[in-house]
Amino acid sequence: MRSRLACLLGGLTLATVQMACAEGGSMDLPTTVEAGNAFSIQCTGSGKAVLYIVGPGQALRRDVELGGTTSFPAGSLYNAGHYLVVLVAGPSTGSGSLNVVPASQPADLSFLARPSRLPVGLHDGISGTVYVFDAYRNLITTPASVSFELSPPSGAVQQRTMVTHDGAAWTEMDSTAKEGVDTFKAQVDRVSSTRVVEQVPGDPCGLRMAARQSGPYLEVQTDPVRDCSGNAVPDGTIVTFTENYGGAQSTVDVPLKHGIAQVEMPAYNGARISVASGVVLGNEIQWGR
Amino acid sequence: MMKPLLVVFSIFTMPFALLADQAAVRVEPSHLQGPRQLQQQTATAAIRDYLQSWQDLSAALAQNRADLLDPDFVGTARDKLANTVHEQAALGIHTRYRDRSHDLRIVLYSPEGLSIQLVDNVEYDEQVLDHDKVLTTQRVHARYIVVLTPAEMRWRVRIFQVDPQEGAHLKN
Repeated sequence: MRSRLACLLGGLTLATVQMACAEGGSMDLPTTVEAGNAFSIQCTGSGKAVLYIVGPGQALRRDVELGGTTSFPAGSLYNAGHYLVVLVAGPSTGSGSLNVVPASQPADLSFLARPSRLPVGLHDGISGTVYVFDAYRNLITTPASVSFELSPPSGAVQQRTMVTHDGAAWTEMDSTAKEGVDTFKAQVDRVSSTRVVEQVPGDPCGLRMAARQSGPYLEVQTDPVRDCSGNAVPDGTIVTFTENYGGAQSTVDVPLKHGIAQVEMPAYNGARISVASGVVLGNEIQWGR
Repeated sequence: MMKPLLVVFSIFTMPFALLADQAAVRVEPSHLQGPRQLQQQTATAAIRDYLQSWQDLSAALAQNRADLLDPDFVGTARDKLANTVHEQAALGIHTRYRDRSHDLRIVLYSPEGLSIQLVDNVEYDEQVLDHDKVLTTQRVHARYIVVLTPAEMRWRVRIFQVDPQEGAHLKN
C-alpha cells in the first residue's frame, strides 16, 4: 500500500509540532498532553494505518483511518512522561514524540514522617517529607504550598508552610513538652495525610531519694520520678541504688512502680548510698556519722 | 550499533567499573535541600543502584518481562513500568532503551532518611519494534526526576518520571 501520510493531532494540547513523514507527508504532534485528558488525532491521507504511542509509562496502539479522526477518550494516556508516536501505513512510517504532563490538581500525598515515638522536648525531633501526586500517581513538580501541622492533645499547634521543589517539601518540628499522642498532618489544597507521633516522657530530671531506718535496714525511696517537663516517667523504668561501705559495693536495680522506686538496704553507719536511672544521677546520702 | 563509552566525571570515587559497558556518567556536586548530611557511601550506593535500574528497565521492556523490574523498582514506578510491559506484550511490540549518558545530581536527602531524590539529565536511544520489525529509532534527551527509597540491601526506585517542566525532546 502506498499511502500519503499526513496526520494532525489535536484535542487538549498546548502546541503542536510538525514532523516529517515517509512518502512526503507530514504529522502534526502536540508537544504536551495533560495526563488523563481526552485528545484526538486527525490523519489526512487515505487508507488504513496503525498508530503507536509508546513510552516507559504506557504503550497504546490504534488502528486509524487516514483522512478521519481518531479519538482518545479521557483516561487513555495518563502516565506522565515522554512518548514516541509512530504512524505505520504499510511500508511507510512516520514518527515524532509528545510529553504527557501531570494533571495540575493534587490528589494524593506520600507523607514520610519520623519517628513514630520520641521523648518530649526535642528540638527538630520530628521530621516529615511530602511528595505530591495527581490522580494518576504522577509527581506534580510545579511548586505547591504544603501546610504541616503538629497537634498535641492539648496546647499550641505547631504549623509550617513549605513550598515544594521538584515535587517534594520537608519540615522539622519540635516535640512538645507534654507527653501524649500527637497528630502530624500534611496538607496540599484539600488533600491531606496524617501520621501519629507518640511523645513519651524524657529522662528523669532532679532524681531524689530519701532514707529512713527500719530495724537493721534502711528503707530507701525516691520522690515521684519525673522528666524535666514534669511528665511522670513510666513505671518499669529501672532505678539503680548503690551502697558503698567499707570498700564494698552493692547495687540493686528496681523498676518504678506507681512513679516511685523503693528498696531496703543494710543500715551501715557511714555507708554512702547513691541513686541513678540510666545516665541520670540523683542525690547521694551518707548514713549516720 | 555504536559501542557505548564510559566516561565518569564524578566528585565521588564511585565504583562504576561494573557499568563499564554502559553509559557515560557524570555526577554533579549535590546541592541538598534539607538538614540531613549525605554520606559519600550512601550517595555512591544510591547512584549505583539507580544506574543499575536502567539496565534492568531496558531488559524488562526489551523482553516484556515485568519480573526483571523487581530488584530495582518498587511502588508506583514498578507498577507503571510493569503495566507498560504487559501493554507491550498485548500489542505484540517491544522497546529497546539504551542509555547513552547520565548527568546526575542528588537534590534531596529527606530528613527522616527515607528517601533520596535526584535529577538525571539523561540521553538515551529508544527503539520501537513490532515483533522483529523496527518501527522507529530515536535519540531522546530528558530530565528525569527520581526518588529512591531504602530496601533491605539496596536503594530502589519509587518515582521515575520525566520532569514535565522541561519535558523531553528528540535529539535528531
